[in-house]
Amino acid sequence: MNANHRALVILSLVSLVFLNACSGNKANTVKLQGAGASFPAPLYQKWFKTYSAAHPSVQVDYQSVGSGSGVKSFLDKTVDFAASDAAMKPEDMAKVDGGVQLLPMTAGAIVLAYNLPEVDKLRLSRAAYSGIFLGKITKWNDPLIAKANPGVTLPDKPVNVVVRADGSGTTFVFTKHLSAINPEFEKTVGVNTLPNWPAGTRSKGNEGVTASIMTTPGSIGYVEYGYARSQNLHMATLENKSGNFVDASTDSAKAALASATLPSDFIIWVSDPDAAQAYPIVTYTWMILYKKYLDKNKLDAIKGLVNYGATDGQKESEALGYVPLPESVASQVQAAVNAM
Amino acid sequence: MGTASDITRAREEVAAWHPGQIWQPPTKRQRWFDVAFRKLCVAFAALTVVLIVVLVVEIGIQAIPAFREFGFGFLTGRVWDPNAHTYGILPEIWGTLYTSLLALFFGTLFGVAAAIFLAEGYLGEAVFKLLKSFNLHFHPFWGKLPQRCEALLKTLIELLAAVPSVVYGLWGLFVVIPMIRPLCNWLHSQFGWFPLFSTDLSGPGILPAVLVLAIMVLPTITAISRDALVSVPPKLRMAAYGLGATRWETILGVLLPTASRGIFGGIVLAFGRALGETMALAMLVGNANHLTVSLFSPANTLAALLANNFPEADSKQIPVLMYAALVLLAITLVVNMFGAVVLERAAGKAEAK
Repeated sequence: MNANHRALVILSLVSLVFLNACSGNKANTVKLQGAGASFPAPLYQKWFKTYSAAHPSVQVDYQSVGSGSGVKSFLDKTVDFAASDAAMKPEDMAKVDGGVQLLPMTAGAIVLAYNLPEVDKLRLSRAAYSGIFLGKITKWNDPLIAKANPGVTLPDKPVNVVVRADGSGTTFVFTKHLSAINPEFEKTVGVNTLPNWPAGTRSKGNEGVTASIMTTPGSIGYVEYGYARSQNLHMATLENKSGNFVDASTDSAKAALASATLPSDFIIWVSDPDAAQAYPIVTYTWMILYKKYLDKNKLDAIKGLVNYGATDGQKESEALGYVPLPESVASQVQAAVNAM
Repeated sequence: MGTASDITRAREEVAAWHPGQIWQPPTKRQRWFDVAFRKLCVAFAALTVVLIVVLVVEIGIQAIPAFREFGFGFLTGRVWDPNAHTYGILPEIWGTLYTSLLALFFGTLFGVAAAIFLAEGYLGEAVFKLLKSFNLHFHPFWGKLPQRCEALLKTLIELLAAVPSVVYGLWGLFVVIPMIRPLCNWLHSQFGWFPLFSTDLSGPGILPAVLVLAIMVLPTITAISRDALVSVPPKLRMAAYGLGATRWETILGVLLPTASRGIFGGIVLAFGRALGETMALAMLVGNANHLTVSLFSPANTLAALLANNFPEADSKQIPVLMYAALVLLAITLVVNMFGAVVLERAAGKAEAK
């Protein structure tokens, strides 16, 4: 009896100490849950890892489930922040009481990758590439393509268009650009994360599109710049709004971003940039935050995270194939998050 | 023999030896344990049923808005255009059944052949003959080789089932499609008038999807068919030989019909797997909304449609996808019930004989 008693006392003491340790941990550690776009996921993962290493009390868990799912979880309040390539619809923003803060965190370019072993450099005019994705141009030696490529012998082969099969922010941005430059595209296909494409086979994910392009001679498709660069795909030079043919690069994408001024809600589409040396298809990608957090520790952690991303984090983006934010944008983002 | 008092003494002896163990009725605790265990089993069994019902009801409730809006026209519509808010899944229903049935055809052909090869021990025989030519066939180590080769082959075929479907998908993209493209395009250029070859194969399409799917369902068919063939009573085979049948006649005329019920069960299981297969098909089928019989054209399946659309679906699209999921569920259910009925009939016939 006595021994039993003593054991009980020791047990309860141990558990008390243990519980204390746990709750003590809880008070110090902030766990942030995020979900959303897969396009910026590699960069975000890297940021969160670096940030957590420097601030052990902050743990960030980001699930790249897609922009749409991210916004859905954000509306259901199952996450602390979301990320989206397609910003957020006004009617969705109205559903969040307390308000929503969107912050552009990084940017990317979308390139047209092609597989024509005999053509090293391909120039595509606006009419040509919008025509290809409308299914109007079906042969590589079409006069519209040939006009912009003097001196290049284009093969008499069918154009195999490859588009994304899964709903994606990349597709949203690309269709937004095509709708901006081609009224017919806007009318017949329109802007969507997964529109009813009139042409082409559909492959899943950037990797699927890349695989289809690489294994099918005569194909063309759209993928993210970083992805195409790491896979060494041939990228077409595209005509921009001012009629110049521009290669996809970090500089030309930066020029495109710089040509647009951010509104106060940070939602802007650079669907058809004006600048002379701007690469035509670029986009920001956003982090979506609540304007009010009940837990002050969470708010502080998010502030620290965003500040890190807008400053030191930008230096890591180029190596991963993203376009760093123009400096004015980065400081605007910092000002906005610090005011929260 | 022993009298009553002997037995009583024996009882006492045993009771003293292992007190309270042998002659006692079950204690309260044992009874309680028995009942509790039985109830637990019933609960778990019921849980699976409840789970399915909850699943169907949940999907059904979420699909109601789409059902109200599109009704049965959803099943016959051919356009899937979120911008126009028009949805129809006839091409997907067709694609699901078409790819599954074709894959099942190839899978059955090769799967049953492989099962016969395994069940008849052809490989073991060949290895035995080879050893005999070296006079090693009763060697303590080499003599075991025939059985080992058989077991290895069987394991290898079963291992096919362990390959993740995304690996099959990538293999299809990078190996199968480039490999079959020249042949397919030649078939199209020579026999383009034939409906099956009416388009050319540019990349992902029905045929690559079917071939990969056939390989994926093959282990199921082979393993079950082999077990069915092995369990055919040996006396049937001996009787057939005794009547003067050749080995070929015995296999086709006696063994296969006797094992047909098991083989058919394997095929039904494989069909279920083919219908629900998502990842490899989403990567290989081309995901285009075409209603076509051409083997080289891209098409779409219900599972691939769901997998591709869910991540970016907005609140207007989710009921539509739930409706499509319900249709897929119904198709699987009908196929399985049909399979069960045919199995039962086959069993009835076999018994009647």
